[in-house]
Amino acid sequence: MARRLPKKDVVIIGLGWTGSIMAHELTDEGLDVVAIERGPWRDSPTDFPTNYMQDELRYRIRHELFLRPDQLTFTFRNKLDQTALPIRSWGAFMPPNGVGGGGVHWNAETWRFLPSDFVLRTHLTQRYGAAFLPDDMTIQDWGVTYDDLEPHYDQFEYLCGTSGTAGNLKGQIQDGGNPFEGPRSRPYPTPAQAQPFGATLFAKAARELGYKPFPQPSGNLSKPYVNPLGLRMGQCTYCGFCEWFGCGNYSKASPQTTILPVLIRKSNFSLRDNSEVIKINTDASGKMATGVTFVDTSLQEWEQPADLVILSAYSMFNTQLLLHSKISQPYDPAANTGVVGRNFTHQTISSVNGFFDNKKFNFNPFIASGSIGMCVDEFNGDNFDHGPHGFVGGAYMGQVQTGGRPIQTTPVPPGTPKWGAEWKKAARDNYLSTVKPGTGVHGSFYSYRDIYLDLDPAYTDRFNRPLMRMTIDFHDNEIKQNRFMTDKFAEIIKAMGANVVEKEYRKAPYDVTTYQTTHLNGGAIIGADPKTSVINRYLQNWDVSNLFVLGASAFPQNAGYNPTGTVGALAFWAAEAIRSQYLKHPGPLVDA
Amino acid sequence: MHSASANTWLLRAFACAAALLLTSAPTIAGQSDPQDFTQISKGRYLAILADCGSCHTVPGHWRFAGGLPIETPFGDIVAPNITPDRETGIGAWTDDEFDAAVRRGIRKDGSPLYPAMPYNAYTKMTREEVLAIRAYLNTVEPAHHAVVANTLPFPFNIRTAMRVWNALYFTAGTYRPDPAKSAEWNRGAYLVTGPAHCGACHTPKTLLGGDKTSRYLQGSKIQGWFAPDITDDKARGIGNWSVDEIAAYLKAGHNKASAATGPMAEAVSLSTSHFDDGDLHAIAVYLKSVPGRQDTAKSLPADDPAMTAGAAIYRDECSACHMLDGRGTPKLFPSLADSSNVRSDDPASLIRVVLRGARSVATATEPTSPGMPAYGWQLDDAQVAAVLTYIRNAWGAAAPAVSAEDVTRERSRLASRPD
Repeated sequence: MARRLPKKDVVIIGLGWTGSIMAHELTDEGLDVVAIERGPWRDSPTDFPTNYMQDELRYRIRHELFLRPDQLTFTFRNKLDQTALPIRSWGAFMPPNGVGGGGVHWNAETWRFLPSDFVLRTHLTQRYGAAFLPDDMTIQDWGVTYDDLEPHYDQFEYLCGTSGTAGNLKGQIQDGGNPFEGPRSRPYPTPAQAQPFGATLFAKAARELGYKPFPQPSGNLSKPYVNPLGLRMGQCTYCGFCEWFGCGNYSKASPQTTILPVLIRKSNFSLRDNSEVIKINTDASGKMATGVTFVDTSLQEWEQPADLVILSAYSMFNTQLLLHSKISQPYDPAANTGVVGRNFTHQTISSVNGFFDNKKFNFNPFIASGSIGMCVDEFNGDNFDHGPHGFVGGAYMGQVQTGGRPIQTTPVPPGTPKWGAEWKKAARDNYLSTVKPGTGVHGSFYSYRDIYLDLDPAYTDRFNRPLMRMTIDFHDNEIKQNRFMTDKFAEIIKAMGANVVEKEYRKAPYDVTTYQTTHLNGGAIIGADPKTSVINRYLQNWDVSNLFVLGASAFPQNAGYNPTGTVGALAFWAAEAIRSQYLKHPGPLVDA
Repeated sequence: MHSASANTWLLRAFACAAALLLTSAPTIAGQSDPQDFTQISKGRYLAILADCGSCHTVPGHWRFAGGLPIETPFGDIVAPNITPDRETGIGAWTDDEFDAAVRRGIRKDGSPLYPAMPYNAYTKMTREEVLAIRAYLNTVEPAHHAVVANTLPFPFNIRTAMRVWNALYFTAGTYRPDPAKSAEWNRGAYLVTGPAHCGACHTPKTLLGGDKTSRYLQGSKIQGWFAPDITDDKARGIGNWSVDEIAAYLKAGHNKASAATGPMAEAVSLSTSHFDDGDLHAIAVYLKSVPGRQDTAKSLPADDPAMTAGAAIYRDECSACHMLDGRGTPKLFPSLADSSNVRSDDPASLIRVVLRGARSVATATEPTSPGMPAYGWQLDDAQVAAVLTYIRNAWGAAAPAVSAEDVTRERSRLASRPD
C-alpha cells in the first residue's frame, strides 16, 4: 500500500537536462518542486574525478553510468510479424540513469535543427509534391517553429556556454560558420574549440571540394565561462573522454556544471534519488493528474501528490510511463489509430575510416573532445535538391573524432586479421595516421507507420508490468540516404590524402547490438492535432492538461543532428509557457 | 444559540492558547526586552560575527541546541545548548551569568569554561553587545536538549586547572581603539581580535593551548588542517592580496588565487559571507596592517630530484585544472602560483587536500563549489611529497621541501579522521 506524502506544487519525473531546467525555472517562479530520480545522485568532483574517469573499460565497455538492464529493459524486434525478445545488454543506444541523465555522458554536440525541419511535411510536399514521399512515411510538422524556439535555443546555449562560430547572425551569413543554419539572435557564448590536425585537414579538403566547413558547436568549452546562473566552467583539456564519461574538469556542459549547484541551494526544491516512478496518477475523470506513485530501494511505494506533473525522463521512459499510466490512447499501427508510441525514430549513422601514410601524417587522435571536429552541412535536411536522388532527409558529416581511446580506437586497414601479431603490427602502424570519425555521417531518421513503441504481450518487469516493445527497422529511404551521404563523405576523406578509404554504410535490418547513438526519439510527439500527437505545441498533454512531457520523445521525426540543443530549447519553451500562461490560467493552452 | 456557543468555544480556545504562551515564555531571560527590535537585530548580526552557530549547532539539526563536539588537542569539548530552554539551555540564566560566560569564561556555577569557547576574544565586546546577543538568543526556538559538555580525559577534565590557564593567557577587557589609526582600521581590529575570533584558528598555540602572541595570525594547526598565515607576509601570508581580494574571499569563499575549504568553508558559509561589506573591508584593511615574518625561504633548484619528479607528476595529474603556469582558472581552480597558503611552513592542509581531495565552499555569490579529487589512492607518499615540493617552489616561489615522512605522518593521522 502506497504511503502518501504531503502535496507539492510540482513533481518532476527524472532529473536530467530537461528536469533540471524545468526545476530551476519553476522554483524561480516560487513553486515548491520535488524531483524524483530513478538513479543515484551524481556530482562532478566526487563522481567523475579526473584521476580515474578516463577508464574506457569501466565506463565504455562495462557501461558504468547507464541503467542496468536487469532493473528495466525493453523488448525488440524489426518487423510487426516477429516476436520481440528482451534486450539483456545495451547496444544500439544507452539508456541513462541517475541525476544529470544523458547530460552526464553526452558528447556535448550542441546543434540547432534547421527551420525547415520543424515544418517538414509541408516543406517537402511543397517542394517535391506529396507523391515524392513514401506512402507509409508519417513525418509531420511540429506545430512549433524555429522562430518560436530561437530565443530558447539561445537560452540553452548560454546556459551551457556553447563554443562555436555563428553562420547566420540575424539573417547575415557569417564566414567560418554554418551558412545553412537558421538565423541566430547573437553569437555563440564562447568561440569554437581549437581544432586538431585531422579536423583541420578535413576542412581544407572540404573547402577544395567547394563546401563550407565549420566547427561543430561544442558544449566542451574553448575557454572559461560563467553562465547566467553564476556557475563557472573551465576550459576543455581535450582529454578525449566525453561520451560515455562524466567530466570532472567542469568543462562539459551538464546539469551538474550548469544548473544543479544553484538548484540544490533553493529551499523550495527537493530531490528523491534511487526512486522509480511507476505511475502517473489521474483523477476519476482521467483528465487531471493527481501526482505520481514511486518505489524506493526498500520497495516501499509512495504517493507524491502534486498540482503539476513534469514527465522529463529519457524519451523511451516517457513513452513507457504514459503507456503504464494509461494516459492518452496507445498507437495501433494496424488500425492507424492512437498516439502513444507513434513516430518512434532513431538516427542513421555511418562512418568512413581513412588510412594515411604514417610517415607523412600524424593525427594525434587522442587530442580530442566529444564535440570537436569540422563539419559540412551541404547535405543536411533539405539543403540540397533531393529530386534526382529519390530519397528525403540528410546528414551533417564531419571529421568528428572524439578520442583515441585504446580499446575502441585501434583502427586497422580492411583485410587485417582480427588478432595476433599481424593485427598488433597494423594497430601500431595505423594508430596515429588514421582518421576514424566517431559519427562521420550523422543522418536523419524519418518516421513510418510500422516503427513504433507499445507494451510487450509476453515479458514483464520487476513490478509485473509489461516491458515496452520496440518495433524498428531501416526503410529504403534511410538506406538510400545513407549510401548517398557516406559516398559524399568518403570523397572528402579521400581528398584529405588517404591511401585507403573504408566505408561503413548503415544497413538494414536495424541492429540493436551495436552502438549508433542514444538519440531514440518520438513516441510522445508534439503536434497541432490531438489525433496524431500526444502533446500540443507547448509540450502539454492533450488529455491531461496538468501534465507536460519534455525531451526527445516529442520529436515527430529525427533530423540529421544531435538532439540535445533542441531538447533544451523545447524545455525552456515549455517552461516559459507554464510560467507566462499556464500558471495564470491552468488548463489546456491549446484547444483540442 | 448556536453562534453564542461557538463564540464561547472560541474564547476558551483563545484563553488556553494564551495560557500556553505564558507558561512557555521565558520568565527570566535577563533584562532584555523581547520587543526591542534594535537590540535583537544587533544581537543577530553579532551572533553572525561571532559565529556562535558554528559550534553550538550540529549541522542539519536544531539551531543553537548544542551537541557538536569541538576538537581540541586535549580531547573533545561538546558545545552546550544556548537556546532559551530553561532546563537544558540558557533560559534560566541571568544577564550577568551570560555576560560572565561570554566575556570572562565563567560558568553559571562559577567554575571556569574551557577556552574552546573563545572568551579570550569575546572579551573585546562590550556588555551591551553581549546582552544584544542574549536578547537575540532569547527569541530563537527553545530546544529541550541536554548536553554533557566536558568529555575531556583526566587530567584535562579538571576545570579548576583553567584558572592557571587564564592567569597565563587571558586578559579581560573590551577593545580599546587606537586613536592613531582610522575608524575603519579600528573596526577591523575589533572584529578580528574580538567577535570574529580569527586568532582562535590562525594564531599558533603553546603546548597549553594559549596564543603564541609573538606569532599573531601566522598560522596554526587545527582539526587536521593548517589554518594559514593571514598576516601581510607576501610569501606565506596574504600580502599579495589587495584589500578587495581579501574582502571578496571572505564574502564569496573564492578570489583570484584561492578557495575556502575545510573549517574555513564553514566559517565563510555560516559567518563571513553574511558580514556587511563595510565590515569585510575593515577586516581586510586591518589584516593588511599586521606585519608577518621577515625571514624568507630559498627556492629549491629546478634540478633537485624532488623538483624534477614533482614537475612530471604535476604535468600529468594537476596541470589540466591548475594549468602548466600554475595559475588555474579564477574562482574555479585555485592559482597555486598565487596562493601563498600553498607555501605554509606546515604543509598539513596541502597534504590533506592531495590525499583526500577537497570541496570548496558554495556561497550565494559563488555557487559553483568546485572540488578536487583525492589522490591518496593513486600517489604514494614520495610522489605526493615530490609534487608538493614542486608546487611550493615553482613559478618563482620558495618554501621548504615536503618530505615523504611528512606525508606518511599526515596519511596515518587522516586515516582515523572521519571528517
